[in-house]
Amino acid sequence: MRTFSYLRAPDVKTALRAVATEPNAKFLGGGTNLVDLMRENIERPDVVVDISRLPLTGIEELPGGGVRIGALVRNSALAAHPLVRTRYPVVSQAVLGGASAQLRNMATVGGNLLQRTRCLYFYDDASACNKREPGRGCSALGGLTRNHGVLGVSEHCIATHPSDLCVALTALDAEIEVESTRGTRRIPLTEFHRLPGSTPHVETALAPDELVTAVELPAPVTTHSRYRKVRDRASYAFALVSVAAALEVRDGTVTAVRLALGGVAPKPWRATEAERVLLGAPATEESFRLAAEAELAAATGHNGNDFKIELARRTIVATLRDLLTDRSAV
Amino acid sequence: MTQTLPATRESAVGKPVDRVDGAVKTTGAARFAAEYSYPGLAHAALVHATISRGRVTTIDTAEAAAVPGVITVLTHHNAPALKPPRKVTPTDLSTMASGTSVNYLNTDEVHWDGQPIAVVVAESPLAAREAAGLVRVTYEASESTVDFAAAEPNATPQKNNLIMQGSAKKGDAEAAFAEAPVRIDSRFTTPPLHHNAIEPHATLALWDGDRLTVHDATQSIDWLRSHLATRFGIPASDVRVIAPFVGGGFGGKGFIWAGTILTALAARATGRPVRMVLTRESVYRVVGGRTPSTQRVALGARADGTLTSLIHTSVSRLGRVGGSPEAVTSQSKHLYAAENILVQQNLVELDLVSNAPMRAPGEAIGTFALEASIDELAYELGMDPIDLRMHNEPERNPIDGKRFARRYLREAYRVGAERFGWANRTPEPRSMRDGRWLVGMGVATAFHPSLLFVANVAVRLSVDGTVLVRCGMQEMGMGGATVQAQIAADALEVPVESVRVEYGDSTLPMAPSAAGSMQTASVANSLLAACEKLRRRLTKLGRSADESPAAVLAREGLPSLEVSVGSDTRLGRVAGQLKFMSKFLVDQRRWMKAALGAHFCEVRVDPDTGEVRVSRWTASFDVGRVMNAKTAASQLRGGIVMGIGMALAEETLIDPRNGRIMNPSLAEYHVPVHADIPPIDITYLDEPDPTMPLGLVGIGEVSITGVAGAIANAIHHATGRRVRDLPITLDKLL
Repeated sequence: MRTFSYLRAPDVKTALRAVATEPNAKFLGGGTNLVDLMRENIERPDVVVDISRLPLTGIEELPGGGVRIGALVRNSALAAHPLVRTRYPVVSQAVLGGASAQLRNMATVGGNLLQRTRCLYFYDDASACNKREPGRGCSALGGLTRNHGVLGVSEHCIATHPSDLCVALTALDAEIEVESTRGTRRIPLTEFHRLPGSTPHVETALAPDELVTAVELPAPVTTHSRYRKVRDRASYAFALVSVAAALEVRDGTVTAVRLALGGVAPKPWRATEAERVLLGAPATEESFRLAAEAELAAATGHNGNDFKIELARRTIVATLRDLLTDRSAV
Repeated sequence: MTQTLPATRESAVGKPVDRVDGAVKTTGAARFAAEYSYPGLAHAALVHATISRGRVTTIDTAEAAAVPGVITVLTHHNAPALKPPRKVTPTDLSTMASGTSVNYLNTDEVHWDGQPIAVVVAESPLAAREAAGLVRVTYEASESTVDFAAAEPNATPQKNNLIMQGSAKKGDAEAAFAEAPVRIDSRFTTPPLHHNAIEPHATLALWDGDRLTVHDATQSIDWLRSHLATRFGIPASDVRVIAPFVGGGFGGKGFIWAGTILTALAARATGRPVRMVLTRESVYRVVGGRTPSTQRVALGARADGTLTSLIHTSVSRLGRVGGSPEAVTSQSKHLYAAENILVQQNLVELDLVSNAPMRAPGEAIGTFALEASIDELAYELGMDPIDLRMHNEPERNPIDGKRFARRYLREAYRVGAERFGWANRTPEPRSMRDGRWLVGMGVATAFHPSLLFVANVAVRLSVDGTVLVRCGMQEMGMGGATVQAQIAADALEVPVESVRVEYGDSTLPMAPSAAGSMQTASVANSLLAACEKLRRRLTKLGRSADESPAAVLAREGLPSLEVSVGSDTRLGRVAGQLKFMSKFLVDQRRWMKAALGAHFCEVRVDPDTGEVRVSRWTASFDVGRVMNAKTAASQLRGGIVMGIGMALAEETLIDPRNGRIMNPSLAEYHVPVHADIPPIDITYLDEPDPTMPLGLVGIGEVSITGVAGAIANAIHHATGRRVRDLPITLDKLL
């Protein structure tokens, strides 16, 4: 860890001013990812602006049935909130599927959006990584790729986004509210994270001086939703593949569907192709399979992660089947 | 003092006596190596090489040295001289202790990716770590061999020596296999693994002139003392090693690795007491782990299940700079009454850190291949896997006809099967379900040889009735001090609370390393002899039948009476070791002795995703007489937990392109979490081994053996799939 200076922001304005004038500053929320990365010498901020005491901790119902979640709401508070549990079970399940109770007590919603990949080569200073050092190359290519992406990757980076929560939020059309000294704007979550292309170090649409202040979810299309996380041990591991799904069926036909994938792409992956196939289709295992195959048609493996394509297909089908057969499931 | 003996004294041995160190551990009063401090304490951090073979051409420490708080940056340019480790010699087994042959910081040569090439000493651990990241190194790389899978076909046969056989045979196993009516011939692979003790390796070194004191997380107090004496060119009597508590070792703290040596070197160079707590990453990079392996098991049988041929061959790896062969095929010489047997271990040397013993080195992975093959043969024959095992249960040691010191494996299977409910299993694969889960049940045999080694012990009886046992043994969580207190209590007929055991310090009588499942038996052996000596002294003092030992002292006006077994002089140690080696060899020719067990496991497999969850476990052991019901069950359970990790998740990921360990962290190396572990039912027969002290055999390692086999067999039962490559991750079941 390098030496850095530390500022605890008393209010949003001070926080925003502090980063507006400091090119190498980082906001500190729960610290569960940033501090680890600083210890590993990967994040090397000169200034850390502690925002953990800012009043961004509310969860409020919005007119029209949506919900507004403050950026500093702790993961465990989000998962336990009655509004979230009843209207968006998939969000609650996704949060509880991640990390450990101790980490969830610290980690914030805003920080979750900005957590960085767990690519082994990103974490290893002796390896080449275009995220850490743009243009240096990518040691993951041709290396140990079991945890890497099969969708949306590029020849410059095949890392995956590690979040569980973001997968659920992406499925549910979340919007992100961000603020800077220049004002406030809203970004759909599907446009918040960037695909790597030739600039894998640019991970989000957030400008360096912008602060995530809230996440808003529209009214749910259905409360029948669930999160399925597949991983290498029963708890405390990142997803190999995860599926966030919401499914509404009338008279045997899919009338509404939301689907997103985790563990397979550099960003939380909204499965628009699969949704397109499913909407209006008969709610059968066959339709689920066709939808999964449509989404994964463009998927490409890198040897070690080839299995993720088949695993994603199976997990999509299994999650939708569970939603269909177990209507009471939350 | 009016101490008379109670009419009948209940034995303390075998009881679930609470750990004597339980209270200090749970309250935090127990101090581990990293928790000692001295005035002027400095802190150290390692810089690791990032090539697998070659030379350091330049090493620029200017930026590191400029970090506030940095005292010095030691490299091969400025480090004090170290003597190289000694060659392994049978008259001094401490020479086995060197983790590698590298003379750290005394050479510009690099022998593996991760080798320490510099040490930063600073006023704080954070400053040391920050500076370590700023040391700039350039290299001249040479060609290296780091890919086990690629090098494995070029393996060479392991030679036999006094301690370990590389090969053995009975009859003509290949010919018998070729003629067998029923045959199984499979190839297995297991990955490299690391120990991941909760306490990382840590050392605090302090010099007083030419006298060295180290607090170290070690399983080998005595070996460490000799080794440091050799490396720093001082007499062993001028080295003191203090290690009262060690936070787990599993073999990873048995040898002496770079962290310990370089802490002492840093203290020598700076004249300050220096503490170095290795980061988890540094533990992976400088301490060896379990070898990977490829194995072939070929079984030939008649239609009635009689084994006519058992062939087990293996390839494991050593580092080019050290490591020892692991007994991968050991169990295959002892478990089944095959008419013809062939075992052959082969080795490759790679440019990686040496392998290190890890809980049941050899047998942990060897039993996986053998027991999975036996299960496969049972299916091929249409027999119950337990029936097949019992059909081939030997009366004498299969490879050489030696007598078994004790063998109750049949009984262990009978008891285990009943507790587990094996009879409820339907043998057809995929025939059992629980909701969406496929359910499978599997069994496998556990095996680990039993050893004894030389140990010196002193025992003092005081007039107040208390007993002090002194022995420089190691306590890393097994309950060693508790058990020895129970043994002394029984031998001297005092309450167990009256016995205090001093351990974990090289100033105490020498004990063997906590390794090879032999510490408890070895110390008990000498402790019993010492107590016998003490009783004879009491008899000479005219002790009457109903007189307590302390009463004799009171009557004689003696404050205490002390006896010892073994000599800690240089000559005495060599003599003791030679005497023991010859006894060991004679004993080994007479008896085959081992800890044995039967594992029963139930798994659930998700048919969509291949996720495996172990849902139930029963293990039934034949491990001689158990000394402490509580600590024994705990240690046996721990081995099963570790085995579940090995079977399903654990793997040290080494990039085959450059030999670099890529997951040196507990985030990416997956040990089991609580949610992975079901209730584990432990039972044991408690039948004493007549050839061992008090009938006890070591239990530190046996329980991890067979675990992966039982799980693989249960997964086959659940899914119909045979996975022969560990870990059995879900992608192998899709």
